Amino acid sequence: MFNRKNILGTKCLVEEEITTILDTADSFKEISTRPIKKVPTLRGKTIINLFFEPSTRTRTSFEIAGKRLSADVINISGSSSSTVKDENLIDTALNLEAMHPDIIVVRHGLSGVPEMISQHVKCPIINAGDGYHEHPTQALLDLHTIREAKGTLKGLNITIVGDIAHSRVVRSNIYAMKTMGMNVKLIGPSTMIPLGIEKMGVSVGYDLEGAINDADVIMMLRLQKERQSRYLLSSIREYSNLYCLTSKFLEKAKEDVLIFHPGPVNRGIEISLDVMESERSLILTQVTNGVAVRMALMYLLLGGKNDTSN
Amino acid sequence: MTLVIKNGRVIDPANSLDEPKDLLIHKGRIKAIESPGSISFEAGEKPSVIDAKGCVVCPGLIDMHVHFREPGFEYKETITSGCQSAAAGGFTSVAVMPNTNPVNDTRAVTEYILSLARAEGIINVYPIAAITQKLEGERLSEMADLKDAGAIAFSDDGRPVMNNELMRRAFEYSKMFKLPLIQHSEMLDLTEGGCMNEGMVSTELGLKGMPAEAEDIMVYRDIALLEKTGGQLHVAHISSKNSVELVRQAKSRGLSVTCEVAPHHFTLTDEAVRGYDTNTKMSPPLRTIDDVKAIKEGLQDGTIDIIATDHAPHDIADKQVEYQNACFGIVGLETALPLSLKLVDEKILSIGDVIKKLTFTPADIFNLEAGSLSLDNEADLLIFNPNLEYSIDISKFHSKSKNSPFDGWKVKGKVIRTLVKGKTVYSANEN
Amino acid sequence: MNSVVFSEQDISWAVTRITHEILEKNKGATNLVLVGIRTRGATLAKRIAKKINDIEGIEVDLGILDITLYRDDLSAGKQNPLIEKTSLPFPLEGKQVVLIDDVLFTGRSIRAAIDALIDFGRPASIQLGVLIDRGHRELPIRPDYVGKNIPTSKADRVQVLMREDDGKDEVCIIDALTKDNS
Repeated sequence: MFNRKNILGTKCLVEEEITTILDTADSFKEISTRPIKKVPTLRGKTIINLFFEPSTRTRTSFEIAGKRLSADVINISGSSSSTVKDENLIDTALNLEAMHPDIIVVRHGLSGVPEMISQHVKCPIINAGDGYHEHPTQALLDLHTIREAKGTLKGLNITIVGDIAHSRVVRSNIYAMKTMGMNVKLIGPSTMIPLGIEKMGVSVGYDLEGAINDADVIMMLRLQKERQSRYLLSSIREYSNLYCLTSKFLEKAKEDVLIFHPGPVNRGIEISLDVMESERSLILTQVTNGVAVRMALMYLLLGGKNDTSN
Repeated sequence: MTLVIKNGRVIDPANSLDEPKDLLIHKGRIKAIESPGSISFEAGEKPSVIDAKGCVVCPGLIDMHVHFREPGFEYKETITSGCQSAAAGGFTSVAVMPNTNPVNDTRAVTEYILSLARAEGIINVYPIAAITQKLEGERLSEMADLKDAGAIAFSDDGRPVMNNELMRRAFEYSKMFKLPLIQHSEMLDLTEGGCMNEGMVSTELGLKGMPAEAEDIMVYRDIALLEKTGGQLHVAHISSKNSVELVRQAKSRGLSVTCEVAPHHFTLTDEAVRGYDTNTKMSPPLRTIDDVKAIKEGLQDGTIDIIATDHAPHDIADKQVEYQNACFGIVGLETALPLSLKLVDEKILSIGDVIKKLTFTPADIFNLEAGSLSLDNEADLLIFNPNLEYSIDISKFHSKSKNSPFDGWKVKGKVIRTLVKGKTVYSANEN
Repeated sequence: MNSVVFSEQDISWAVTRITHEILEKNKGATNLVLVGIRTRGATLAKRIAKKINDIEGIEVDLGILDITLYRDDLSAGKQNPLIEKTSLPFPLEGKQVVLIDDVLFTGRSIRAAIDALIDFGRPASIQLGVLIDRGHRELPIRPDYVGKNIPTSKADRVQVLMREDDGKDEVCIIDALTKDNS
């Protein structure tokens, strides 16, 4: 049973909830293969994508997810700059709520905004990524993809590589993966790994080579150029020498290791082109599963809740 | 004209007094402090009487660190509303910081503030003038002129003085005028873009942290410079355990260092930031439980000399935004007393010590004629009930701004009446 | 009070008869598609498909339909009914589709199934076969093949058990006055 009002993060989700979401996503995946890629389940429901941070792929994924469930999806780009003092953040949310949406999907460049909005509006909120706090739908689609490929999650080893400090994908994945019994290892330059993050139950290292052999999944992160200060790296060249996933690094990996990336990929910096195109790369499968997982979440948040009784 | 306050427990740390006493006030000054019932009158005199039964009677509290936002930011607070807020909190004297607009770096602004405060006639307002012109950290302000106009200390608060050479010269220059420098200790390069304490909570919440080292390093620097040049240093709003230790060691070497702590730094930790309530955002930020422990130890052994609220009013428009974009600071005048009294419950300080850190000691450090109930002093008094429980209600605050994280808190210790020069400036019954 | 209205033997005879009726009406099994609805309809459809194979030697296309996403009562029903897999991995164009369900009641499930089928393609015809028709139609839906007509009161529960799913073959009525002990 799924009883959440909002999906603000994976930190609070328990194992049963995550399993329910993944199982539901399995069923929704099939719809995208039909000639008519629509079911009438959320017909007449209104879903607003409130994106303060530009993002084509995530927003498109949410839009397609809602439309395949026959919902009316509306995209709004908010201005996230504090220098553009238009409508205050809370005012924007309250104004939207006055139009009775059924779900608001929020993405913002600053941490905490979806949670702030959820304290002021009554309708469900899905966090599509806030600052470097959480990106729950990404973690769930990552788990879905891993489970699909490996059949299970418990006991698998995942190595996550890159700008750990500024990654919301990493945080959401750590919480969800630990809940599902996976072993998480973080690799990156020491300047980009927060002090004390081992307390989250993960292991930490700075050397990519040593973290490859045992990995069942290797997840490469985006170099968050827009979130860093200039003191964290010497040069992109050196970063890529140390942390770019090339076939040379993969020589030591397991045969059936899976390669992930939340996208968009900085080719040659995070992953080399040949690795991206190899059959171990599930980057595009992640995208496909993204639609299914988002459909599942919208269904679980709204299905069975309706205030017009017949 | 004549007022008797009877049946109260009079606590006056300046005179080591903590006994039931009656007070006689005449023409705004304390004329007698006698055993209960012993005050006698001439035939025909009919003084007004205040019954302070069940209450403590002490000197009016002194807050050495408030921001009254006038001139320039009157939408957040004015001198009038700030004074009313202070009176409601039991304060009869406050020292106002210079980060107004224009900055208080000239005689003209100092005199403006003083004249406004005098005209309102609510409480005593002491101006703190800027260390550097326009708070830009480039040139020293006209300290002689500012002292002459009425400034009682210098600070660039809101900002630290980053330039080491300039800070050295500031100590040397201010030494001539025997006025302390109050430093907002923060190495800005370490905290750039930060909005809460750096630690596990900031990692989880995805917020850039402000490490405690930013405060520690500047405290260390200032103590080192002070040791070389002489002068007087007062560390504003101390928050980090290492800073407390540095001050402790400096004092043991006989250096002229004092410091203050704000009530939120001994009441909350960075865990309070979970949920992203912008009323938990201030600078320096709320820190860890270890820092809070060190602060309480510092209060106990005297390393931390005074309690000062850093009352920082902000309009709802400045706070109801993304956490990263919210202004730093919370109001504190109307919550200081009950929060400080919690230290008594926790057996950190006695009630007399709490009152001392809010009356005698600030007056002593900053050379103010206030903070004690000696005979013939101006009758600036606080009457409060230490046992009365109530819930903090920000909608009843007298400040123009309501940015406080303590709304709804059940606390103990209520201001009943505040008097300045014998005149009631706040009474709980009428509010 | 539980009363058994259809025994294991009854079910077996009914399935056989329905199979023959389907073959008779459609003049054989070429062009035939069987689609079973949710769990027990799918089980029944499997049995019918096997019988057709026994009789005609033809392996008929067999699909499973989960109609949860097409229901009109998503709100009133249980919260978040679990979705099972839908599988229709063959074209429907020009085919005679026989929908199979265990119990026909208000007709709403069948309406949802027809909507779903049409999203998948355009069959030449849709027919309906049910094991039990218990009456109380709320929509103009009628079955082509019926195992047994059983009169019930609207508040009764009809419980169909299938060997493959529940361990035995049986249909019973749990009348409205009995506490639900499932």
